Formats: sequence, C-alpha cells, structure tokens
Amino acid sequence: MAAIKIIVQNLSLQYSDGTESLRDINLDIPANNITVLFGPAGGGKSSLLRCLNRLNDLTEVQTITGKILLDGENILDPKTDVIALRRRVGMVFARPVVLPMSIRQNLTYGLELAGEKHKSKLEEAVERSLKLAALWEEVKDRLEEAAVALSGGQQQRLCLARVLANQPEVILLDEPTSGLDPISTGKVEAALQELKKNYTIILVPHSVQQAARTADFAAFFLQGELVEAAEGKEIFTHPKEKRTEDYVEGRFG
Amino acid sequence: MDKSPNWRETFVTAIVKTCGYSAVVFVILIFFFLLRQGLPALFEVKLGDLFTTRWYPIENHFGILPLLTGSLVVTVGAMLIAIPFGIGTAVFLAEIAPRWMREILKPLVELLGGIPSVVLGFLGILLLSPFLRVFLNLPTGLTALAGALLLGAIAIPTTVSIAEDALDSVPQGYREGALALGATKWQTIWRVTLPAARSGVLTALMLGVGRTIGETMAVMMVTGNAPVMAIKLTSILSPVRTMTATIAAEMGEVANGSTHYHVLFLIGLILFLISLAVNITASSVIFKSRKRAERVLS
Repeated sequence: MAAIKIIVQNLSLQYSDGTESLRDINLDIPANNITVLFGPAGGGKSSLLRCLNRLNDLTEVQTITGKILLDGENILDPKTDVIALRRRVGMVFARPVVLPMSIRQNLTYGLELAGEKHKSKLEEAVERSLKLAALWEEVKDRLEEAAVALSGGQQQRLCLARVLANQPEVILLDEPTSGLDPISTGKVEAALQELKKNYTIILVPHSVQQAARTADFAAFFLQGELVEAAEGKEIFTHPKEKRTEDYVEGRFG
Repeated sequence: MDKSPNWRETFVTAIVKTCGYSAVVFVILIFFFLLRQGLPALFEVKLGDLFTTRWYPIENHFGILPLLTGSLVVTVGAMLIAIPFGIGTAVFLAEIAPRWMREILKPLVELLGGIPSVVLGFLGILLLSPFLRVFLNLPTGLTALAGALLLGAIAIPTTVSIAEDALDSVPQGYREGALALGATKWQTIWRVTLPAARSGVLTALMLGVGRTIGETMAVMMVTGNAPVMAIKLTSILSPVRTMTATIAAEMGEVANGSTHYHVLFLIGLILFLISLAVNITASSVIFKSRKRAERVLS
C-alpha cells in the first residue's frame, strides 16, 4: 500500500440552491497512484474534486463540514493560502480552457504568477511539460501561435501540460477526455500512466470503461454518498456492494 | 395550394426591406444635404481664412480652429475620465460585486444613462462649475474641465453597460482555469478575463467616444463658449467652445443662405466625417478582434 497523500474526513457539503451535495465522505487517496472517482452524474465527484483545490470557493456553498488533509494539513481551514494550495494541486477541466494567449504563454503563465523570471527555467518547463503531456512533437515549431488554434485534443493536452509546468504534487482531472476522440483519449491516458510515477492523480473518468482501464484505486459515488472504495482490480471485478455491481455491470447509470 | 401565405411573405419581405434600405437612404440624404449647404462655404471663405484662430462671424472672421481644438480638448478630457472609470466599474460589477449588489447597481448605472443631458448640464451650471471656480480659484468655473467632467459622466453609463455585458459573457471556465493555476483574482481579471472580452470592451469605449463627440446641450451649458484656441495645457482650465455648441447656439439666428449659415453647415459636415471615422475605426478594430473571439469561443 502506497503512502497516503490526501485524507478526506467526514466531509459534507451543501450548495445554497441545494442541488448537489456530499454526505459524510471518508476517503484515503494514496500518493503516486491514479485514484478514480466514478458514478452517475450528480453523485458529487466533481464537487469533491473542486473541494480539493478550493475551487468551490467560487460557488455558493451553504455549509461545508469535515476535513481534507493534504500531507496532514487541513486545506479547508480558512487560514489556508488558497493560491499556494492551487499551485500544489493542479486541475484539468472537462472542456479544455486554453487561456487567450500563445501556446508558450499558456505554459509559462502559472510559473510567472509564481514569480519565476529566469528565461532558461521557463524554457525548460515548456519543453518538459509538453513532453510529459505527449504534445511536444506536435507543437514544438509553433509555440508562438495562439493556443486557441489547436485542435480539441491538443488543447486538452496543453491544459494538462500547463498544470504540469507548475510542478504540482496532485493533479485533479474532471472528465478530461469527455470531448476527445479515441486516439486523443488514448494519448491522455497513456500520459497519465507515465505521470503517476511522480504525481498523485485523481481522475473523474467519463465512462465506466475508462474508470476500469485507468484505476489503481477507485471510489464509487452515488447521490452524494461514497458507496465503496477499493483497489481498481477489486471494485470492477468483485464489488462488495450491490449498488456498485449494478452500476459497473451497466444495469443503471 | 393556397396562394395567400406566399403573398404575405412577399409583403412582409417588402416592408422589412424598405425599413432596411430607408436607414441607408436617410444617411445618404443627410450627407448630401450637408454637402449642399456646407460646401459653398469653401468658395465664399478662403481656405486659408477658414483655418485661422479667429471665430467672429459678425465681422466675417470664420476661423474654425478654436472650435476644433475646443471639441478635441473636451472629448479627450472626457475619455480620460470615462475609460478608467467605465472599465473599472464594469470590472467591479462583473467580477467582484456579489450577485445581489450587481442586480441593483447595473440598472442604476443604466438609469444614469437615461438622464437627459440638459438635466446634467443644469447640475453642471449650478453645482459643478461654482465648485470648480472656488476649488481651483479660477475666474470662472465654466471651463473645458467642467465640460470634460460632465461628458465623462455622460459616457460612463454606456461604457459600463456594454463592457459589463462583454465581461459577463466570458465563459466561467476561463476564470476557473486561471484560478486553478494559482492566479489571484486580480491577475485573472487583468490577464485572462479582460483580454478575452476585448472586442466587447472596445465596442463599449467607441460608443462612449461617439456619445461625447456628438453631445451638445450639456457641453454648451458648462464650457463657457469662448471661441479661443485650446492648445496649451492650461486650456483645460479656461472656457472653450465646441463645434456642436457653436452650431446649436448660432444656427437659430443666422440668415438663411448667408456665408455664416454655410460655414455652420460645413462644421456639421466635419462633425459628421469625424464620427464616421470613429465608427469605421471602431468597427474595423472590432471586426478583427471578433474573428479572434469567435475562434476562442467556438
């Protein structure tokens, strides 16, 4: 069993409009593994993900109780430096959001925000992160072009590269391949397998198949409740809970 | 088959077409009218005399330079006020203010835009110019500065309203993307949200400029209407006269068909050409950046 990176303790969350919520979630997320949060829509997967880098601060949250410990530190504490936290916990969204700048600037933006000024370091980060995201070969000759000119799959890998350039410890991915074709999806998944050696990866997949393909550990969410969490091999072949079994075998969802 | 729907189609199409074309026809007619009434001035007054610094029509001095510079000073002054305030307010409303505050403030700002400029001019005479006179220790408060302040206030609501719409339509994903990278709120606004809304913000500014150039009443009431050259830095604290105010003040008492009459129309023609130039610049800038924006948002 790998070292535990994140511990979620008794986390409950309710939005002001009462739409989606989390109920008493307890979950250990191991370092250097891919942990998959899966289940039908509205189950609270994205909500949990957005708690992990405090992006939920942007949404109107009514109540949030419990703790999220990142390396033993409670990040839900109001005293947490949210900006620093978001540099440690990067996020890739379902719809690729490239910033209205050139490809290179998209990659260096996060580092510049963090105060990095050395050109050589920025250059090195651009190349390293693009290679990690399996995009370097496709864009190395056109780094000054506008990032919006890239294809959807390239944009998503650019978003991944942008997060990697920041050298975070944890990478959150919210259905990162939902808008991609199978080939691009394959490239992203392959990149993730490579990345987990150095990063803790938490993925909300866009299908059960993807969950089963990628998961080292998996947690099944249903209507705000964590039904079952186990090793990937375990949960997709011998689920303990009936509800998990029904979902995994495609009886609902 | 029943023929009446077809007939109705033709009828409606004809009406819509007429409306569309008539707008263009009116602009062209107005332009020709201005040309017909204004161009004779070029033959009646020598071109050299037209571009002198003395405007004194009773003695046949038709130098329009003081009026041009007067308009320029007031308009530039107004934009210096309206641009930062307008964008600042729009950013506050769209990005910083909580939802409920925005719901209250935005209609109020738009209401401000609906106040007739004459009423603002009234306030300018009664409150603003006495204040400026005392505060800056001037012989009179009716100055270019008063006009610029007032015009700025008139341009702000238009600018705010349109710029706020543009900022508001930037997809939330942009902000989340930047924030998730560790950008602060201000860094997100400055580097991501504003650039993404650039075309809309530019439109807002251009419409603001358009309003200030064409504004007449308020300016006439507070700028003092002295046709003196406004080319020094201190001109902002002295009375000036704008082109619009000149036309409004003198058109009523000029002999139909006289040289003075023709020169006033020439000034109108110049105003027309200036706003045409502003509009063309604006739409070419917007057109360019819109193509980019469309790619961004697609």
